Amino acid sequence: MSGREAILNKVRGALGVSFGDASRASAVARRLDDAPVGVVPARGQLPESDRIALFCAMALKVSASVDRVKGPGEVPEAVAAYLRSKNLPASVRMGADERLQAMPWKAVPALEVKSGPAGAEDEVGVSHAIAGVAETGTVVLHSGAANPTTVNFLPEHHIVVVDAKEIAGDLETVFSRIRHRFGKGTMPRTVNLITGPSRSGDIEQKLLLGAHGPRALHLIVVDAG
Amino acid sequence: MQITSPAFKENARAALADAQLQKALGNVREGFIDKRQRAVDALPEFDALRDSARSIKDHALAHLDLYLEAYEKKVTEAGGHVHWAETGADARAIILEICRAAGARTVTKGKSMITEEIELNHFLEKEGIRPVETDLGEYIIQLRRESPSHIIAPAVHLTKEQVEADFRRMHDHLPFARDLSEPESLLNEARRVLRAQYFMADVGITGANFLVAETGSSVIVTNEGNGDLTQILPRVHVVVASIEKIVPTLEDMGQILRVLARSATGQDMSVYTTVSTGPRRPGDPDGPDEYHVVLVDNGRSAMLGTEFQDMLRCIRCGACMNHCPVYHAVGGHAYGSVYPGPMGAVLTPSLVGVDKAGHLPNASTFCGRCEAVCPMRIPLPKMMRHWREREFSRGLNPATQRYGLRAWALFARHPRLYRLATAIAIPALSLFSAGKGRFRHLPLAGGWTKHRDMPAPEGRTFMQQWRDRDALKQGGQA
Repeated sequence: MSGREAILNKVRGALGVSFGDASRASAVARRLDDAPVGVVPARGQLPESDRIALFCAMALKVSASVDRVKGPGEVPEAVAAYLRSKNLPASVRMGADERLQAMPWKAVPALEVKSGPAGAEDEVGVSHAIAGVAETGTVVLHSGAANPTTVNFLPEHHIVVVDAKEIAGDLETVFSRIRHRFGKGTMPRTVNLITGPSRSGDIEQKLLLGAHGPRALHLIVVDAG
Repeated sequence: MQITSPAFKENARAALADAQLQKALGNVREGFIDKRQRAVDALPEFDALRDSARSIKDHALAHLDLYLEAYEKKVTEAGGHVHWAETGADARAIILEICRAAGARTVTKGKSMITEEIELNHFLEKEGIRPVETDLGEYIIQLRRESPSHIIAPAVHLTKEQVEADFRRMHDHLPFARDLSEPESLLNEARRVLRAQYFMADVGITGANFLVAETGSSVIVTNEGNGDLTQILPRVHVVVASIEKIVPTLEDMGQILRVLARSATGQDMSVYTTVSTGPRRPGDPDGPDEYHVVLVDNGRSAMLGTEFQDMLRCIRCGACMNHCPVYHAVGGHAYGSVYPGPMGAVLTPSLVGVDKAGHLPNASTFCGRCEAVCPMRIPLPKMMRHWREREFSRGLNPATQRYGLRAWALFARHPRLYRLATAIAIPALSLFSAGKGRFRHLPLAGGWTKHRDMPAPEGRTFMQQWRDRDALKQGGQA
C-alpha cells in the first residue's frame, strides 16, 4: 500500500487539499450518481425511421456492409446469402445468445452453425448487438456466458445482427440502457463499441482494411417482425 | 525514459538532411490535416464538445485523489487488482512480478505510450520475457529497435520500402521471392505473423485511453483490433495507465471520445472502443482469468497545482504535432523523447527535467496552430513559454543568449534609449546592406545568421514612419 499512499498524498499536497474534505467528497459522489449528460450532437436526434436510415448510412461510410430484413426469421437466410456472395464456406461461429438461438438456422440447408468461443480457424463470426448508435454507425456488443468476445475479433468476417428498435440516436442513450440493464456502476467484463471493420494507416498513412480484427463487418438490421 | 533531447539541434540538422525521412514526413503534412478538418466541419457541436471535454478533465484533476479511490474500489469489486507505481521503475517491477507469477515467457502488447515512457520492452527482455508489439506501427519499430516518432502513428517516419526491407530481414522463414512491394502485402504478412503470437502469449499488456471511476473500467480506443486480441486471448490482462486517465462517468468518456478520433485521424469514431471491467466472469466462454491495473504517477502529481497542470488534460490524439511546422520539418525522433511535437515540448521537460529537455520548448515558432487544434484546449505555446522562463531563471541557457535577453530588456524598459539606438542602427544597417536587402553575416549575431539571412531594414524606424503618417494626416485635415 506504500505506493498508493505516496501517490494519493502527493496528489493531495499538490492540489492543496486535505484528506476528508466533505465538500469535495460530496461533489465527486454527486457527479458519479448523476452522470450528467453533456453535449449531445443533434445529428442522431431523429424520428425512428430516419434514425435507422442514418445508422445504415454512417455504417456504410465506415466501410461496413448493411442488409435489412423484415424479422428475425429471415436472418439465417440473410447470413447464408452473405456467405455465398463472398464465396465463403457455409459455416459460422456464434455464441449461445438466445435471440440468435431462436432463429431458424436449421431451415437453411447445409449451413453449419458452430457454438462457443471462436478459434484461429473460424472464418465467419455472428453476434447479436445490444444496440446501434445512429450518430456514428456503431454497434454495441457485450460479453457474457452466451456472448464470447473472440467471435468479434478472430474471424475474417464479422456479421452483427441488430434490432432496428434498438438503434439509438447517440452514445448516451446506450450508456443509460447499459446502466439500466446491468445495474448502476456495474458492467459486463467487456463492452465493445464497433464502428466498421478493422483498419490501419500505419504504413505511409495509407488506410487499409483488415489489420488484425475482421476484414469485413456485415450488419443485418432486423425490423420489427 | 532514454532521451536524446539535449542533442535536439544535432538531431534536427540530421533530420533535415535525411531524404528518406523528408519523403515520409510528407505523409504527415498531407494525411492528417484535411481529414481532421472535414470531420470537424461535419459536427456543428465540435467546439461545444471541446469545452465540455476540457471542463470534465479539469474537474477530474481537481478531485483526482477521490476519483482514483472510487475507481480502485470498483475495480476491486469486479475482481480486478489495482497496483500503484510512483515511478517508472516501480511500474516495471510490478509488471515483472505479475508476469513471473503467471510464468510468462511471451507477452503481447497493445499500443501504449506509457509503456514506451517507462521503457518496458527493454526491461522485460533483460528479464528473459519476450514482449511482442502487435500494433502494426509499433511492431515495425520494434523490429527496427526504434522508439515511436509519433504518438498515434509510431512508424510515420518510414517509407514502405524500409518496412519491406525490415520484414525480409526479420521474417526470414518466409520465401524470399514473395511480393512485398505494396502496403497491402506488408499488412497481410504482419497479420499472419502476429496471429500466432496472440495465441502464444501468457500475458497481454494494454494501455488505457480512459479509466472510468463510475464502473472501474479501463477503455482502449483502436483501429486495428490488436489491443482486443491482446487482452482477450492470454490468461492475464495487465492495463498500464497514468493517473490522469481518470474520467468520472461513461457519459464523460462519451464527450471526450467525440473529440478524440476526429482530432487524431479525422474519424467520427475509431473502429474499436472497448470497455473492460475486471476478469472473465463465471460462465464466460473467453476472456482473461486475471485483470490487473498498474496506475503510474511518474511525475504527473508534481504537475498538479503548477502552471503545467493543464497539460494533464492531454488525450494523446497527436493533432498538435500533425499541425506543427517544426514537427513537419524534423519529424518525431529529433525531439529525442517518446513524446514529440508541441505536447512533447511541454510534457518531456516535466518528466525528465528542463535541464535535459530545454531545447524542446524553444523549438517552436509560436505560430499557435497546436493550441488552435487541441481538442482539450491546452494552451501549449503559453506553457512552452513557461518552460523558457524557468530555463532562464535557473540560468540554463547559454551566456550569449542571456546577455542578449538582458540587453533587450534594458531597451524595452527605456523607450527613449530604444528610439535613440534604433534611430542610429536602422539607417546604418540599411546603408551597410548596400541595396541587397539582406545580410548573410552580421557581427555579434553569427549564431542567428548561421541558419538564416537577416532581412535589411528599409532605412527608417517604425516610430519615425508613424510620426510622418500622423503629420500627413494632420496636414490633410488643416
